[in-house]
Amino acid sequence: MNNNYIIGLLTLILLSLPFIGVTGYPLHIVITILIWSFAYTGWSIMGRFGLVSLGHGAFMAMGGYITALLWNYYGLTPWIGIPIALILTAFLAIIVGYPCFKFRIIGHYFALVTLALSEVVRQVIIATRDYTGGSLGYTPEPHGEGGWSIYALQFPDDRTAFLFIAVFIWIIGILIWKYIDNSMSRYALEAISEDEDASAAVGVKVTREKLKITVISALITAFAGALYCQYQMFISPDTIGGVGISLQIVFAVVVGGIYSALGPTVGAIITLLLAEILRISIGTARVCVTDDFCLNASGFPLFIYGIMLIVFIIFLPKGIVGSLMDFFKNNSSKKIKTEN
Amino acid sequence: MLRISKLNAGYGSFQALFNIDIEVNFGEAVAVIGPNGAGKTTLMRAVSGLIPVKSGSVDMEGVDLINTPSHDIVKLGIAHVPEHRRLFPRMSVEDNMKMGSFSPQFREKYAERLEFVYNLFPRMKERRNQLAGTMSGGEQQMCAIGRALMSDPKILLMDEPSAGLAPVIVQQVFELIDKIKSDGLTVLIVEQNVKQVLKVVDRAYILEAGSLRMQGSSKKLLGSKEVQKAYLGM
Repeated sequence: MNNNYIIGLLTLILLSLPFIGVTGYPLHIVITILIWSFAYTGWSIMGRFGLVSLGHGAFMAMGGYITALLWNYYGLTPWIGIPIALILTAFLAIIVGYPCFKFRIIGHYFALVTLALSEVVRQVIIATRDYTGGSLGYTPEPHGEGGWSIYALQFPDDRTAFLFIAVFIWIIGILIWKYIDNSMSRYALEAISEDEDASAAVGVKVTREKLKITVISALITAFAGALYCQYQMFISPDTIGGVGISLQIVFAVVVGGIYSALGPTVGAIITLLLAEILRISIGTARVCVTDDFCLNASGFPLFIYGIMLIVFIIFLPKGIVGSLMDFFKNNSSKKIKTEN
Repeated sequence: MLRISKLNAGYGSFQALFNIDIEVNFGEAVAVIGPNGAGKTTLMRAVSGLIPVKSGSVDMEGVDLINTPSHDIVKLGIAHVPEHRRLFPRMSVEDNMKMGSFSPQFREKYAERLEFVYNLFPRMKERRNQLAGTMSGGEQQMCAIGRALMSDPKILLMDEPSAGLAPVIVQQVFELIDKIKSDGLTVLIVEQNVKQVLKVVDRAYILEAGSLRMQGSSKKLLGSKEVQKAYLGM
């Protein structure tokens, strides 16, 4: 079955959720998953070409913080604040990406540079705590009395409105993914990921192609950060930035499937549901092995993530969606062979 | 057509090429031969803009190649078959061909060139959906030459086409080069299999320790005592 039908069907189901009685907490989970899916899709747009960035937390934090700061200090509506945040994020992506690509910093070294970027942005947020609230987090000022405002892009207690926004951007993310998948840039980037010199020799502008995809990817992630901030009305360096979030992004995409359009979405569903289940069932309880030997269980989710990541990289390197697609493809090609 | 003059190049403080003068005329097949470490690959890399040049010039029909970025060199009609093929191993043969005509100005001719290459190498047509990295060495060399021909080049630069191939396959590769040459394409080939390459090309330069030692027609070089002794084991 065509992928587009699945996506279309999913959209219809998602949009009808509030009208068939899904509200409150379940709807909150759906919206969160959609916003994160958008961010994860953004990462996978470059990650699938071997450009493994561990710095997307930085872009996400840029999107969220700049939009919120402009609103609080200058009263600038997110309709203008988000574009400004995106422009600044693109700048940051170019400042970091251009030297990396020009001087052929690839593979592990690129990952390390971007890892540093995550931490630098987090440290900047903490160091400017007088303005950003530091590690305690930051809240955009509610607009007016009731708070519900299209101008301020704030919809407190109205999850339906935000669901529509979240579905809309999620679709946009998938469409960008598919557009790139069908473009000549995809061939260029696949060739670059295999052999940069050979790609340059056949006429691929290596630095430009890589920079282009990095900027697109950073912009999507920053946009997701801004929307996350508008939805949650609270951000902190650890909820949308830093190394933790950067790794969470990579992890979710690896689990879902890095080479398929719906992979990041599936990754978001699995990891976020898992996180919620672990949080509710275990939380910060103390697990006592003996009467005097007790462990704080708050580290347990991380432990599970670690194990899952190892298992997926070894046994399902294409992620859940990629492996399922391979499975069906192999079955159908076997059929064709036996028919011949 | 392609003129290299007084070229000095190297890596960092190490100079690998000294005052190289090479000229390739239209329709000619020219070889640069020499032992390992003579600077043959450095010469190729300097021509295709992959390493910086200290002094001298490389000029293709009046256009200076040294200041042309490597992704634009292909647009001047220079196609490069790199050492060890350098295919995109996880792409299919046909996608490799597609990459060969990647630059926008070549894309409209894609179908036409693909047919040309498939006619030249019917084996590639049979294998068009196979991953390039899973073919034999000789087939990969065919694929690399095919990819280079996709941009309808005026001159084909070949870096050690025989490297890493079994002797029987080497024979086939040189037959391919002979075929391309007789189709009227200009070829500059860098090679250490002196005996084979001199049978195919019109003229050759001998490079030793970074300097040109001898030059002349293939016939003259094959007949020269010095070449016979040093390279042909006679």
